[in-house]
Amino acid sequence: MKMTGSQILVECLKKEGVKTLFAYPGGVNLPIFDVLYDQKDINVVLCRHEQGGGHMAEGYARVTGKAGVVLVTSGPGATNTVTAIADAAMDSTPMIILTGQVPTQMIGNDAFQEADMVGITRPCTKYNILVKDVNDLAQAVKEAFYIATSGRPGPVLIDLPKDVVLAKAAFNYPESVYIRSYSPNFKGNKWQVKQAVQEILKAKKPVLYAGGGVLASDASKELRELAETAHIPVTNTLMGLGGFPGTHPLFLGMLGMHGTYSANMAIHNSDLIIAVGARFDDRVTGRVKDFAPNARIIHIDIDPTSIHKVITANIPIVGEAKTILKDLNQYLSASGNGVSGKCKPWHEQIAAWKKERPLSYDQGDETIKPQYVIDKIYEATRGEAIVATDVGQHQMWAAQFYKFDRPRTFLTSGGLGTMGYGLPAAIGAQMAAPEKMVFCIAGDGGIVMNIQELTTAVQYKLPIKIAIINNRYLGMVRQWQQLFYDKRYSSSFIGEQPNFVKLAEAFGLTGLLASKVGEVEPVLQEALSIKGPVLIDFRVDEEENCYPMVPAGAAINEMVFADPVGPRPAAEIQKAKKAGGILTA
Amino acid sequence: MQHIVSVLVENKFGALSRISGLFSGRGFNIESLSVGPTLDPDVSTMTIVTEGDDRIIEQITKQLNKLVDVIKVVDLTEQEYVERETALIKINTRSEDRAEALRIVDIFRARIIDSTPNTYTIEITGDVKRIDAIINLLRPLGIKNLIRTGRIAIARGEGRNASVRDIPERRSVSR
Ligand SMILES: Cc1cc2nc3c(=O)[nH]c(=O)nc-3n(C[C@H](O)[C@H](O)[C@H](O)COP(=O)(O)OP(=O)(O)OC[C@H]3O[C@@H](n4cnc5c(N)ncnc54)[C@H](O)[C@@H]3O)c2cc1C
Ligand SMILES: Cc1ncc(C[n+]2csc(CCOP(=O)(O)OP(=O)(O)O)c2C)c(N)n1
Ligand SMILES: [Mg+2]
Repeated sequence: MKMTGSQILVECLKKEGVKTLFAYPGGVNLPIFDVLYDQKDINVVLCRHEQGGGHMAEGYARVTGKAGVVLVTSGPGATNTVTAIADAAMDSTPMIILTGQVPTQMIGNDAFQEADMVGITRPCTKYNILVKDVNDLAQAVKEAFYIATSGRPGPVLIDLPKDVVLAKAAFNYPESVYIRSYSPNFKGNKWQVKQAVQEILKAKKPVLYAGGGVLASDASKELRELAETAHIPVTNTLMGLGGFPGTHPLFLGMLGMHGTYSANMAIHNSDLIIAVGARFDDRVTGRVKDFAPNARIIHIDIDPTSIHKVITANIPIVGEAKTILKDLNQYLSASGNGVSGKCKPWHEQIAAWKKERPLSYDQGDETIKPQYVIDKIYEATRGEAIVATDVGQHQMWAAQFYKFDRPRTFLTSGGLGTMGYGLPAAIGAQMAAPEKMVFCIAGDGGIVMNIQELTTAVQYKLPIKIAIINNRYLGMVRQWQQLFYDKRYSSSFIGEQPNFVKLAEAFGLTGLLASKVGEVEPVLQEALSIKGPVLIDFRVDEEENCYPMVPAGAAINEMVFADPVGPRPAAEIQKAKKAGGILTA
Repeated sequence: MQHIVSVLVENKFGALSRISGLFSGRGFNIESLSVGPTLDPDVSTMTIVTEGDDRIIEQITKQLNKLVDVIKVVDLTEQEYVERETALIKINTRSEDRAEALRIVDIFRARIIDSTPNTYTIEITGDVKRIDAIINLLRPLGIKNLIRTGRIAIARGEGRNASVRDIPERRSVSR
């Protein structure tokens, strides 16, 4: 029996186990929407802007580990997804983007709502394809899901001309895929793994530096086993948070630009760094030439391009983190855990660092400190929420003060740093995990970048709680301007803002306000007692800064812990600017 | 250092721009790039001449390999290889220069493939040095147009190539 391209597409999605589709209709994808209208297996979620839809799919993917799927129309619908696609590419998030396209015979004619999506997204997708023949459609979809979710995950775009989704063909869903030019490497080289074991047995100051790859590989258990058997302290990247329990005694906190003192000191002074699914991002390494000067480096990563890209590894191991960690654990226990006493001074040193400069803030009895809000959200949710953040200071505070014990509970835009990510990602997360508590922690700047998605939350009765950390500034920008631009707050004051409580109400949510310390806890309790979505406007200290901070161009042991006292000498500002103190947040 | 990288790639729509886009997007250098079919009509070979230190060349080969459409990448510079380039050179020839032009063509064992009263078109194949040398000698006569193919290269003897004969056996991945 022959089916139309639209029917074939929907059948393919069902075969791939797609339960939720984030979508927005338009001219050329109406045939697909028409098919979706009659079926019950796929829940179609109407976003209110295609960028929002893209981030929802990312949130969904981050929580489930499966590819998030977006369906949009050609031209503007498709180009609106580009930021989310680039975001997914940077953070290795599996995603399928189905874009409508003008009919094949009109491609290249500047047809109405035509955009060359395959061209536009070539550098920010893992793969993309224009399907020109309905007979190739099923194969293309099968391959797209395989590519998006295997190896280093990423976004794959399928461009679907209108005539292709209307044309008919027999439907045969391929049982397996074979792509001769693509073979993600799964198993690590055993010999290298054995070398790594020798290094671990020798090391006196080892640290595990674990990133997003641990989550992608579902390897938290194996990571924990390695840390516990070999007694190695663990630090996470921003993308890796939740991959190791935040409350574990071996946990050092996040490392890098806004990492903890103990994590950065441990990395800087270590003699062996075991990097697992982490890519030595510049926010982590600081000044590369002074990164961990005395450490040997074991680098475990599924993507060969991650290895030796920034830092030369002594023992590179290409492969799936989970299998490699399993092998490591096996060899280590076979070698009788010869690790016992040798690292004692190292652990004492780390304990001293932890004590010397823990994360801290000074909560007085009037103005709310932003960190206090995160602390209280952590307490109110007993650390069990899925937290999606936006980008800025509040994001860093969330990373520092919410202790993530479980994988796939912290959703954030790390690589691209996309403001506007948080709210739609939270919506996608709640769609993926209806029974979980989902919190969005956003800034007053970023929340308005995809504020329209409040409607989506209301329409689907999603009980997400949105905490706006309202400092009336583009806080992260203001912090840099304070530190490196002599407090010249050029375009970073955003005190002219909507009444967020009324705005929430206008959208059909509950809006709540907290402007004094004493109001924080009751407001959170109230929010959690409400079944539907709630938005809370937390009016916090306007000029609180995020510390510790490794200034751009500094090594990661050169941390700053507090605001400089008095005006900064002009020479120092100049120096900071020269050192690369340009705004890259 | 200059490297010659041979790339076997699926002959698919957009594959060339994926590769050139990779070089521009990541700030890698391309000195020349030439593409042509192989024995298998679904596969093309690209020869890319690029420049960079070891770390950059390592990234280039890894990033190329990472592209889904790329089947195989070989850095020929790591082994013995032969390389060739062809140039078509059109020169102005007033009557007194024609003899000089013929002499140069002769010395380089090049060929004249088109001739009009005022022009010669010369074809030369060789390594880069040879082509640069003939260009230098012809320049005083007045070069009207110069087209070069870019370099192509192949491993010597049994060396490692990016050849369709080496395409891996079918490996089925089912889920
Ligand atoms: C305002 C701001 C401030 C920031 N400050 C910091 C900071 O202080 N500290 C910090 O850490 N980050 C910070 N970031 C985030 C930073 O930019 C990077 O996104 C982050 O450090 C990258 O994390 P990662 O190394 O875990 O890599 P990811 O981007 O998560 O990449 C994952 C790595 O794992 C590999 N991988 C994927 N799957 C597997 C698998 N199955 N097996 C093995 N390997 C796999 C991939 O190939 C890749 O190399 C900040 C971002 C913003 C926006
Ligand atoms: C789309 C986008 N535009 C600009 C930036 C640069 N940027 C990074 S943080 C930031 C400020 C964010 O302000 P806000 O949302 O209020 O959060 P805060 O830092 O105050 O917590 C800006 C403008 C960005 N990351 N993303
Ligand atoms: Mg703000």
